[in-house]
Amino acid sequence: MKFEYTIDGGDFTNAGYASSQVKKVLKQLNVDPKLIKRVVVCLYEAEVNVVAHAYSGIIYTDISTDKIVVKLVDKGPGIPDIDLAMQKGFSTASTEVREMGFGAGMGLPNIKNNADEFKLESTVNQGTTLEIAVFLNQ
Amino acid sequence: MPIKQMTMTLKEVANILDAKVLCGHDSLDSEVDFAFSSDLMSDVLTTQIDRMVLLTGLANVQAIRTAEMSDVECIVFVRNKKATQEMIDLACENSIVLLECKSSMFKASGLLYGKGLKAVF
Repeated sequence: MKFEYTIDGGDFTNAGYASSQVKKVLKQLNVDPKLIKRVVVCLYEAEVNVVAHAYSGIIYTDISTDKIVVKLVDKGPGIPDIDLAMQKGFSTASTEVREMGFGAGMGLPNIKNNADEFKLESTVNQGTTLEIAVFLNQ
Repeated sequence: MPIKQMTMTLKEVANILDAKVLCGHDSLDSEVDFAFSSDLMSDVLTTQIDRMVLLTGLANVQAIRTAEMSDVECIVFVRNKKATQEMIDLACENSIVLLECKSSMFKASGLLYGKGLKAVF
């Protein structure tokens, strides 16, 4: 089962809408609530990252019998140093993002903690691709 | 003397804080064990706990979204922070109870802790 959602950079009002939709679908499919929480926390953190840092993005979700895969592809400034971005506490977020309750440098590490598979690739001045998977039968 | 930790209903939470119930009146009999106080939503998203109340001074849509993703059953807005109609609608849609109270985060946290709600960390 595959779904796609678009994200507009800077659109904080709708940040989380796609995560909310995915959560509703997973609940309808009777997925274990603990797994749903891990997926949507990853997706929501990633969605906020795209809104906060990129110009636009697309979320691809693929729900199968053994795993849920979420891929976010954005067009934006990219991440110059992924190792640095993965460090807890490192953030380049704006004041506006911090006022929304984010931008403390906790998002990417939290995504990694909640995902069974985590892949982050980025090209400066082009964009970033994040792909995570959560396994259903563990 | 050690505080006896106990489960409480959201109605009891509202009474202890003298809080106004904005939405979720039908869910006030739901029980919670934990409370977490933060204005940092990233911090809330790291919690792995169910049956939890969030106390926050951050009154915006992202507080509701964060509660939705983290399965937080109830948000208490402290320091007289006001929820907008958009926030109330979103909370109702997701069966999240919203409370508003006049106490500071410190006082509200202390009151609930003193009555037996557990800390997450």
